[in-house]
Amino acid sequence: MSVIHSAVNDVPLDKIPALVFPALVETLIMVGIVMVIVIVVGVPLGALVHNLAPGGLIENRAAHSTVSWVVSIGRSLPFLILMASIMPFTRLITGTNIGIAAAVVPMSLAGVAFFTRIVENSLRSVPPSLVRVARASGASKLQVVRTAQLSEAVPQILGGLTINTIAMIEYSAIAGTIGAGGIGYVAVTYGYQRFDNTVMLVTIVILVVTVALVQLLGDAAVRLTTPYARRSSKRMRRAAPVSSEPVLAA
Amino acid sequence: MISLDKLTKVFGHGPHATVVLEDLNFSVAEREIFAIVGPSGAGKSTLAQCINLLERPTSGSVIVNGENLSHLNEEQLRIARRRIGTIFQSDGLFSRRTAAQNVALPLEYLGATKGEAKHRVAELLERVGLSSRANHFPHELSGGQRQRVGIARALALRPSVLLADEATSGLDPESTASIVALLKELRDDLGLAILFITHEMDTVLKVADSVARLDHGHIVESGALVSLLRDPTSLLGQALRPTSTPAVLPAGKDQWQLVYANAHVPADWLSTLSLTVGSPISLLGASIETINGAVVGQATIGLNATDDSTIINAALDLGLVAERISEQRPLLAPAPVLEIVA
Repeated sequence: MSVIHSAVNDVPLDKIPALVFPALVETLIMVGIVMVIVIVVGVPLGALVHNLAPGGLIENRAAHSTVSWVVSIGRSLPFLILMASIMPFTRLITGTNIGIAAAVVPMSLAGVAFFTRIVENSLRSVPPSLVRVARASGASKLQVVRTAQLSEAVPQILGGLTINTIAMIEYSAIAGTIGAGGIGYVAVTYGYQRFDNTVMLVTIVILVVTVALVQLLGDAAVRLTTPYARRSSKRMRRAAPVSSEPVLAA
Repeated sequence: MISLDKLTKVFGHGPHATVVLEDLNFSVAEREIFAIVGPSGAGKSTLAQCINLLERPTSGSVIVNGENLSHLNEEQLRIARRRIGTIFQSDGLFSRRTAAQNVALPLEYLGATKGEAKHRVAELLERVGLSSRANHFPHELSGGQRQRVGIARALALRPSVLLADEATSGLDPESTASIVALLKELRDDLGLAILFITHEMDTVLKVADSVARLDHGHIVESGALVSLLRDPTSLLGQALRPTSTPAVLPAGKDQWQLVYANAHVPADWLSTLSLTVGSPISLLGASIETINGAVVGQATIGLNATDDSTIINAALDLGLVAERISEQRPLLAPAPVLEIVA
């Protein structure tokens, strides 16, 4: 019965692409802009927090606590609350409270806070002996950060970046409610509020596929930047036909 | 040439201060391999970090080729570090860089052009015998090969001092031997002063010209390797001489320990000694070898009871210092170990 009932208000099948594809493009633009900001700000910030910590290159207890505390605030607010609470700030920067521009501000804040911790955590996994090696080889502090910390942590950072990107796709749906548009917004307004099961289903499929694609890309990037994984997967591929020979013979 | 002058390192302040190194004085000449041995916790790693200037000494100085490096500011220190090449324990390679890229690191930091770096890296890898492995990643190399890459990297900026911090620890005997041979070759060819920090006594025998023993932050004994080995009273010499459990002493005989004390011990001392003291000698254990061109060794023998001074004097005439090992001492007692003595 509900199918017949809702079918009255449903978007006709042939109109769905026109509804969904611009929304997907909006999501990609939103998340794309945010991720650029997240990387540009989050990587240096993460490296800064890591090196202000005890044992870091520019150890400073007071500065470390301050920066760490600010990042933690950004991490602890639920995104919807963060978005609502910084409205004045958003308006100050973008001159508006609605649309993609307005969504990018809170998403970037949340994303940067998230990514700062990811970068910090990734750098912590690099053996500290490498920092000593770099310094003993005559590296400046910036060179140490670039070669002995960030470069060695690239696979971990890329893995974290994948998680972060997916979280931002999720946030974009929430940001959609302030008129930023996007695929999440279509799912909420058409699928959820208007009981349009078809649109709901289509958006779910698109979101699942998008997230899966991001994950696949991320995994591939991690593999490509890890010499060990890269070589061993090549070896496995080379070994594969050899191991299948007896099967073919049989 | 590198020397330490009254080098002291204290961590912490006031009541929590810990003196890690106190009043260290020594110098390593050109073409000399100077080994520093000591148990863990003796301050070896702190000493290494003071020498390659990663840590500033609390007082005293590190002097390289006549220049005192202890009063430099951060930027000058960074440049000064380039005169000292450091070989780290085998894990010092960057995992995402090939052997060649690892060797190129110091050149990259210095700002060398790609072409210059490439030329120098090829030369260095050739020097350590790894030209064919240039494009291999660290995980594709054996422990010994990784350490060779580490050595090539340490040499990249043509340092006059090489610091090897536990460079052979954790390597198999074959790799250790090849690294030791390479270090000696580099010392001769490049006139390096090499400081070799280790806890492995057997490696010291193979590599060092001089040895110092570090314990609780002090240098408690030091000297030329051969003279330490020839000094029966030296604890460090005793710890360095290879020891093994001697054969069982035949009944009615006394056990004696003989140490080669100079360069004039005749090869046939055993029969000479036997004739002089008028007793057949049972050879229970011996280790005689050539170290840095000098014969050193020790032997455990058993002979029939005679006057102790006769034996001591007869041995001394042959260049051997003899010591009677009392019967109370259990035959299987472990050789005195540095840690226990200290």
